[in-house]
Amino acid sequence: MKKISLSSILSQLLLLFFVIIWIIPTFGLFISSLRDKDLLSISGWWTSLTTTEINEIYRMPGMNAQIEEGGYFKIKGNLFEENSGKKIQSFGITSKKINEFNVSEVAVFKDESEVTVDEDGNYEWQSKEAFKKKKGKRLFTTSLSPPSFTLENYREVLFKEGIGRAFINTIAVALPSTLIPLIICSFFAYSLTWMKFFGRDTLLAIIIASLVVPLQMSLIPILTIYNDFGALFGVAAKSYPGVWMAHTGFGLASTTFLLRNFLKSLPNEMMEAAKVDGASHYEIFLRIIIPLSIPAFASIFILQFLWCWNDLLVGLVFLDQVPSEIILTAKLKELLGSRGENWEILTTGAFVSMTVPLFIFFALQRYFIRGLVAGSVKG
Amino acid sequence: MTILNLLFIVFLGILFFISYFHISNLVLDVYGRRSIKKYNFENSIRVIVFIAPAFIVLFIFILYPVFETVRLSFYDKFGREFVGLYNYKWAISDPEFRRSILNNLVWLLVVPTLSTFFGLVIAKLADNIWWGSIAKSIIFMPMAISFVGAGVIWKFIYEYRGPGDTQIGLLNAIIVSFGYEPQAWITIPFWNNFFLMAIMIWIQTGLALVIFSAALRSIPKEMLEAARIDGASELKIFFSIIIPYLEQTILVIWTLITIIVLRIFDIIFAMTNGEWQTGVLANLMYDWMFRGGGDSGRGSVLAIVIMIGVIPILSWNLYKHRQEQKI
Repeated sequence: MKKISLSSILSQLLLLFFVIIWIIPTFGLFISSLRDKDLLSISGWWTSLTTTEINEIYRMPGMNAQIEEGGYFKIKGNLFEENSGKKIQSFGITSKKINEFNVSEVAVFKDESEVTVDEDGNYEWQSKEAFKKKKGKRLFTTSLSPPSFTLENYREVLFKEGIGRAFINTIAVALPSTLIPLIICSFFAYSLTWMKFFGRDTLLAIIIASLVVPLQMSLIPILTIYNDFGALFGVAAKSYPGVWMAHTGFGLASTTFLLRNFLKSLPNEMMEAAKVDGASHYEIFLRIIIPLSIPAFASIFILQFLWCWNDLLVGLVFLDQVPSEIILTAKLKELLGSRGENWEILTTGAFVSMTVPLFIFFALQRYFIRGLVAGSVKG
Repeated sequence: MTILNLLFIVFLGILFFISYFHISNLVLDVYGRRSIKKYNFENSIRVIVFIAPAFIVLFIFILYPVFETVRLSFYDKFGREFVGLYNYKWAISDPEFRRSILNNLVWLLVVPTLSTFFGLVIAKLADNIWWGSIAKSIIFMPMAISFVGAGVIWKFIYEYRGPGDTQIGLLNAIIVSFGYEPQAWITIPFWNNFFLMAIMIWIQTGLALVIFSAALRSIPKEMLEAARIDGASELKIFFSIIIPYLEQTILVIWTLITIIVLRIFDIIFAMTNGEWQTGVLANLMYDWMFRGGGDSGRGSVLAIVIMIGVIPILSWNLYKHRQEQKI
C-alpha cells in the first residue's frame, strides 16, 4: 500500500512541475502587462509580486524654492509622486556612497547645508545662509516599492498604438471567415452524406486530400487572381471579402470533413421518415439537421474562429498593412519590430490579442476539445 | 474605412450566403411540389444549389492553385516565360534553401516527437487525479493563443540584457543567478532553433494531451487491473500495455503535428524573421513572394517542396478512406 502512495505522490509532483513550467510564460506576460512601464524595463516581473528595492536620483529645486523659517533658509519637498507607496530605506549625497545615511539621519554637504529625509520621502534642506544657486543638489535614494499594478498600459495600447482598431479589424476578418464556411459547408456536407449524385465519391476523396494540402500551395495563384480581379474591375486587390473567401477556402476541407463525419452518425431512418412525409431536402436540413447539429456547429465554429483569429499569414498576404485593415497578429509583429524594447506595449498588446481566445477557451472548452478530438481521430 | 462601414460589410457578406441558400431553396420547394416529374428535376437542381458555392470555393482556392503552382514553378519570376527546371536548379544550389530544408527537418524530427511524448506522459499523469482536469486545462491553454502571441510571450522569456544589467528575461535571470553569463538565446545559430521549437512544443503538447486523454479512457480497465494483480509496476504498465495499445493514436497525433510543423511560419517570422540561420521553407517562400517585386517561380518551387512533405500523409489518408468505403 505504501509503495503505491509513494509513486502516486511522485507522479503528482511531476505533473505539478509540468503545470508550473507551462503556466509561467503566460503568467509572466499577464503580470508584466499590469506593471508600471518604468519598473518593467529595470526589473524582472517575478520581483513585482514582492516589494522591490529601487535606486533613484533626485535633484532638489534651487534658490527659487527657498523659504525662511526660524533663522534658517529651507527648501522642502517630497521625493516621490503622490501615492507611489514607496518607502525610503537609505539615501546619500554623493554618487559614490548612495547608501551613506539612514532615514532621519542628517547629511551635511560641503557648504555646510544640511538635509534630512523621512521614510515617506519628505526632505528638508536647510542652511544658515540663503541658497544662491538656481539648481539644487542631488539626492541618491534607495527605496522599497510595494507591489503596484496599473491599467495604464492597456489604455495606451488600445487607444494610442492602434491595437484597439486592430482588434475590431480582427473581428471583421474572423467572424465572416467562420460563418461563411460553416454555412456553405453544412449544405455541402449534407449533400455528400444524404444526396446521391454523380461524382460524389470523387468529391469526397478530393476533400480528404485537400485536408492536408498546405496553404502555401495556394498563396501565389490566389494573390495573382486577386490582383487581376482588382485591376479588371478597378477595385482594391486586398480587401475584407478577399480575406473571408481565402479563409473559407483554406477551412473548407476540414469544416466539410468534420460536419460530414457528424452527419454520417445521424440515424438514416429519421431522414427517410421525413422524406416520406413529403419534406424537401431544404426542410429536412432546416428542421432536423440544424437543431441536431448545434453541438457539432459549436465545435467547428470555435476551431475555425480561433484559426482565423490567430492567423498571421493570410492576413499578411491578403490585407493591406494599414490601420483600417491590419489584424492583431500582424500589428503585434509590427510592434515587435518597431517597439521591440517597449515591453509594456508588447506584453499588453499580446494579452489584448489573447483575450478572445482565452475567453473562448475558458467558456467553451468542452466544445473546443470535442472538435479537436473529432478532427484528429481520422484526419 | 470607418468601423460602422466595416460592420455593415461584415453583415452584408454573411447575409449574402444565407439568402443565396434560402431563396434558391424556397423557389425549388415551391416548384418541386407541382408534379412528380418536376420533383425529380428539382432534386437534381437542388444538388447543384447545395454543392455549387463550396465547390466553386474549393476549385478556386485549392484545386486550381495546386496545378497553377506546379505550372508556375517551371516559369520565370513573372510567370510568363517557360524556364524548365531553372527554378529547381536554383533551389538546390541556394545556401538559404539548404539551410531552410535542414531547419525544417530538425523541426519535423523534434517537435512532433517531443509534443507527442509530453502529451502522452502528462495525459497519463493527470489521469485519475482529482486536480487532473485543472492541470490539463492549464497545459492545453497555449493551444488557444496565436503563434505570434506565443512568440511575444517567449521572446520576453529569452530577453537579453548585458552582463552587468538586471536581467528581465526569466531564462537569463535564472542563468545569472547560478553565476553564468547571460546569453542572447535566439541569436546563437543552430541552438536558437531549439529555443524556437520550445515554443511550438509548448503549444502542441496540449493538442496531444487532449487526444490522449480521450484515448486513455478507451483502454479496458480489466487489462490494467490484470497487469497490476500480476505485480507489474506502473512504469512497466505504461510501456508494455498503454503505449502499444495507443499505437494508432500516437501515429495520428504525430502526423497531425507533423503537418502543422511542416508549414510553420508565424513563430519564426515573429521571433527572428529567419535571421541567425533560423529560416524554414515557409519563411523563405514568403520572402520570395515579395523580395525584389516577387518571384512566383521560386516561391512556387518552395511551396511544392512543402507539399512533397505532406504527400506520404495524403496518400495514407486516401488509402485509409478507401478501406473504409469498402466496408
